Amino acid sequence: MIGLGAYLIVAAAVFTIGVLGIFLNRRNVILMLMAIELILLAVNINLVAFSAYLGDLTGQVLAMFVLTVAAAEAAIGLAILVIFFRRRGSIAVDQVNRMRG
Amino acid sequence: MIATIAFALFATLTIASAVAVIFARNPVHSVLWLILSFFNAAGLMLLVGAEFIAMLLVIVYVGAVAVLFLFVVMMLDVDFASLRSGFTRNLPFGIIVALVLLAEMIVAVFAHNAGPVLAGGAMAAPAVPNIVALGQLLYTRYLFAFEIAGLILLVAMIGAIVLTHRSRGDTRTPRASRQLRRRPQDAIDMVEPGVGEGMKL
Repeated sequence: MIGLGAYLIVAAAVFTIGVLGIFLNRRNVILMLMAIELILLAVNINLVAFSAYLGDLTGQVLAMFVLTVAAAEAAIGLAILVIFFRRRGSIAVDQVNRMRG
Repeated sequence: MIATIAFALFATLTIASAVAVIFARNPVHSVLWLILSFFNAAGLMLLVGAEFIAMLLVIVYVGAVAVLFLFVVMMLDVDFASLRSGFTRNLPFGIIVALVLLAEMIVAVFAHNAGPVLAGGAMAAPAVPNIVALGQLLYTRYLFAFEIAGLILLVAMIGAIVLTHRSRGDTRTPRASRQLRRRPQDAIDMVEPGVGEGMKL
């Protein structure tokens, strides 16, 4: 029988891989966005696992909202990426200092 | 038994393809690995009975987000090899942070298993299908949050269009207000030329 712990460990592994991806691909913003998607996927796995464990559907509703936000974030992030590429001709983001913030 | 095998398969493939996402040399391959990872995560969610979320994951992530990623990766003409230059430099630090993070979360899982933090109620056999139950919850108790989610998507759509819209200077668009303001008496001149005189413009 699969316990809650197994699901949590899988989610922890995927989350960690996502964080590692952000650390490793510091210049490639597309891969950073994909790593963020992985992190949100790990969150969704956790939410669904707890939802099944507690017998409460709220977790699945919350997972849906996380999915919505992930889709919106991908759309906006890629739009920003496209205009950034149009301006600079490159997507190396380690030296983004146009706004001097 | 079959559930355990399926869980092992889905979990292994999810983690393996997630690793492949961040280590693949070609970003197109990264997106394809991401799709595989999402499919296997959907399988994991099917195993605990969250059918609707599993289907939503496939539809939204694979159908929309991954295709969007693929579109952008293929549209932008980027030299991806040069973007990997910091990879080995960041590797040791990244690995250390990742190991600490993973260890902490696994310790948390075992701590949870050891002590009675939560009395896990066994999942009662569902009286209605997952989608029906989810819909009943979503359209009653979480109606406001659901509509806010729709608003977020609308804002994201408008934002993406506004960001990437580029007004070109070389197109000739009709000015509707000017066209509508024009009346027949401004545009038409009724003349009655005499015989043999011809028209004067």
